Amino acid sequence: MADATLNAEGLNCPLPIIKAKKALKGLDTGKTLAVTSTDPGSVADFAAFCNQTGNELVSSEQSGNVYSFEIKKA
Amino acid sequence: MLDEEQLVNAKSMSIIVTKGTLDWAYPPFILGSTAAAMDIDVTLFFTFYGLPLLLKDLDLKMTTLGNPAMKMPMAGKHMAMPNMISAIPGVDRMATNMMKNMFKKKGVASIEDLREACVEMDVRMIACNMTMELFEYETKDMIDGIELGGAATYLETATKSHINLYI
Repeated sequence: MADATLNAEGLNCPLPIIKAKKALKGLDTGKTLAVTSTDPGSVADFAAFCNQTGNELVSSEQSGNVYSFEIKKA
Repeated sequence: MLDEEQLVNAKSMSIIVTKGTLDWAYPPFILGSTAAAMDIDVTLFFTFYGLPLLLKDLDLKMTTLGNPAMKMPMAGKHMAMPNMISAIPGVDRMATNMMKNMFKKKGVASIEDLREACVEMDVRMIACNMTMELFEYETKDMIDGIELGGAATYLETATKSHINLYI
């Protein structure tokens, strides 16, 4: 279970990233954030976001038209 | 405080913002807010027609005039807007409302929201002093926290930035 969740479904670029950043801000290092989104672009974007910020992308999955990500705060 | 590794890896971006229509307001605010979310140090320099994007009350409009690439989705097809249509009173207002509704329906953030995100994430916003005087804008009409500066102010930042864009 993630320490926090963010439902970014229905939101388009760049809102899922911006809302995820905001949610991560409230977490301590090592805690995880689970994000769901329906924006297909968010698959590449969350990978890039994590590469740049140093946060760890623990998982990136797709189920139907919903994308799920788990991010561990660095 | 950033540690040494973060300082070495710190990235920065500057954008010269020259266009203030509804459609052209998106690229700088999308890139600015996203870069800030990615821990990139962002400076936006607003000049000429980009300046109104700093006004407290945003009243963004767009025109279909002279834009053959603008094709609105309509009943499964795409419809271009002939220049003549734009001259009819009310058409640009209609196009602006259509665009705003389309953004909302597709879950695209409003310019107000993206600008707010930029402010929250400490994006540095500089208003071009010369254009402020030229078009008679006053700081009191603009959002809080902006700086005033000129070409030299921008260039000093640009020489130290990893990404420099002109929009």
